[in-house]
Amino acid sequence: MSEIVLDGVTKTFADGFEAVKDMDLDIQDGEFMILVGPSGCGKSTALRMIAGLEDISSGEVKIGGETVNDRSPKDRDIAMVFQNYALYPHMTVRENMGFALKLAGADKSEIDEKVEEAARTLDLEQHLDRRPANLSGGQRQRVAMGRAIVRDPKAFLMDEPLSNLDAKLRVQMRTEVARLQSKLETTTVYVTHDQTEAMTLGDRVAVMRAGALQQVGTPAELYDNPVNLFVAGFIGSPAMNFMPGEISGGKLKLPIGEVDLGDLDVKGDGKDGQVVAGLRPENLEDVEVIGDLKEERGITFEAEIDLVESLGSDLYAYFHIESEGVQSDQLADIVEESLDETGAGEIREGHEQIVARLDPTSKVKRRETAQLWADTSKLHLFDPENGESLTSGSKKDSSSTPPA
Amino acid sequence: MEHRTSRDYALWSIAILLVVVLALIPVLWLISISLKPPEELTDQRFIPQSVSFDNYKSLFEGGIDDSPFIKPLINSIGIALITTVISIVLASFAAYAIARLEFPGKRLILAGALAIAMFPPISTVGPLFDMWRALGLYDTWLGLIIPYLTFSLPLAIYVLVAFFREIPWELEQAAQVDGATPFQAFTKVIVPLAAPGVFTAAILVFIFCWNDFLFAISLTSSDASRTVPAALAFFTGESSFTAPTGSIAAAAVVVTVPIIVFVLIFQRRIVAGLTAGAVKG
Repeated sequence: MSEIVLDGVTKTFADGFEAVKDMDLDIQDGEFMILVGPSGCGKSTALRMIAGLEDISSGEVKIGGETVNDRSPKDRDIAMVFQNYALYPHMTVRENMGFALKLAGADKSEIDEKVEEAARTLDLEQHLDRRPANLSGGQRQRVAMGRAIVRDPKAFLMDEPLSNLDAKLRVQMRTEVARLQSKLETTTVYVTHDQTEAMTLGDRVAVMRAGALQQVGTPAELYDNPVNLFVAGFIGSPAMNFMPGEISGGKLKLPIGEVDLGDLDVKGDGKDGQVVAGLRPENLEDVEVIGDLKEERGITFEAEIDLVESLGSDLYAYFHIESEGVQSDQLADIVEESLDETGAGEIREGHEQIVARLDPTSKVKRRETAQLWADTSKLHLFDPENGESLTSGSKKDSSSTPPA
Repeated sequence: MEHRTSRDYALWSIAILLVVVLALIPVLWLISISLKPPEELTDQRFIPQSVSFDNYKSLFEGGIDDSPFIKPLINSIGIALITTVISIVLASFAAYAIARLEFPGKRLILAGALAIAMFPPISTVGPLFDMWRALGLYDTWLGLIIPYLTFSLPLAIYVLVAFFREIPWELEQAAQVDGATPFQAFTKVIVPLAAPGVFTAAILVFIFCWNDFLFAISLTSSDASRTVPAALAFFTGESSFTAPTGSIAAAAVVVTVPIIVFVLIFQRRIVAGLTAGAVKG
């Protein structure tokens, strides 16, 4: 049994900054848990508290049922993979991987056996007697993983282990990490700022923002039922489109048309007022392609297309809608941190860019007006004040919106 | 591009050759003088007509008591080594704290070290002379070791701080997660990585002490503590009418040899970049 439990864990730095606020998280035995969020959200600090490299200001961390708050890293039986690998440059790959076992007083034949087994798993056998300086980035990364797995620890802690690799290698190592974890079945906590990594790797994903846990769930749960604007905007690529909406008399008025609230299960019975509406790019479609479905549900509208990106399998169409704009701190965070990466448009007052993921057979063209259809049954509504979802938890067919 | 790189290469080669020649000619000249018999000293030839080792022999003649050179050599080696050891131990502790910890007064220590390093030693000689005589430190090893420490510590601290800052912090944490105690993390990971920096600082301190003339001439009065650079000034010729040029040249060659040996031994250690490969790709 080696589940990891965080109970009300808080980290306050000497200057009074609260990096992690009252965090509760249960990580099951053998689970692959991802901590994801923009930089500075406290995810690395949380991981370092589990590792024992950072003191815990208040709260409790338990590994395998034992409180480890006051234990030094070496007594916690965990292995960590650092962002920059932190390989010992004066040791060979073999010595790097065997260092922990040597410190633990294992005899030489046992060390050799375990190191060689790990090297086989990671395809490092022919590099065992080289030094880190002579290895490529991907090989160093594997040595760092190897150093963790030879020990067979209670848990692996990984702090953005792939972020120093180039894009191609990162995708390759991502699948390797996933395969390794499912083979070893060791509890793993993995920190990343990359939502794609989070969605593809994790059994469950914990989204953090400004030191506070926002939502914990399977990738599908986060994608289909984000609890607030931040999670909705952070998870998914391209990011969810946001537009302002107004509820009055059981109807939702959006810049692209009017929707009957009866189709949506809105909390608080949809009382009148302003809301933020979110719609994922794949829930917009070219009317020409969609055919009959437009009669059943959803609304159609006209838009002048600014830009078309064809990826072969998909077609991204960008257009603007005129509105008073969506304003929210949570959205501002997303814009700052992650929009560049997700490739979604900017959210500006009165001038919102919407991206639609269309079928590749669509004939929409740049600078032409296109007829588009929006699947309003997939609309997410959020409270503009606190960003909380008004539609989360409603029954939706999650199988129809697979993760990106 | 090909053309330009080969031209660059040629220009660099010429520049390096020039520097090497300029640096080596005086040394070769010194060796040449030291090998000449007294009557040929002023023949203005670069290559000696006849080679004799008389100058070297005269340095060590008479054993430890009568030789003008053996005692100063022992003093030089002893004082330089003791200063180097003390200086490096203290500087390592100070530099490690400055590189790794946040504490009040950190900037003050560095600024103070810099101020001392820039302080003209000549202005301390007069007061030291009086103080050392009053304290009974005049003409003792300790009397030289203390001022040498004063001026070599800032140098050593600066070199070591720069070096320790380059060692990735994560390595120590990685060692701790791997099951090392803080002491094991220090001795098994940090020390091997810091070694080149420590050797560099040690050589600089050793050469500083070895070469010093100012304190050695001012604060000593006999062979009890006089070091080689000061002792050279007291060399006498074979008679009162011969200049001691030959034996001075021979002594200069003898004291240059340990420095060259020292640097050659540790050259491989000094090569920076041992930390390469610790982090990133």
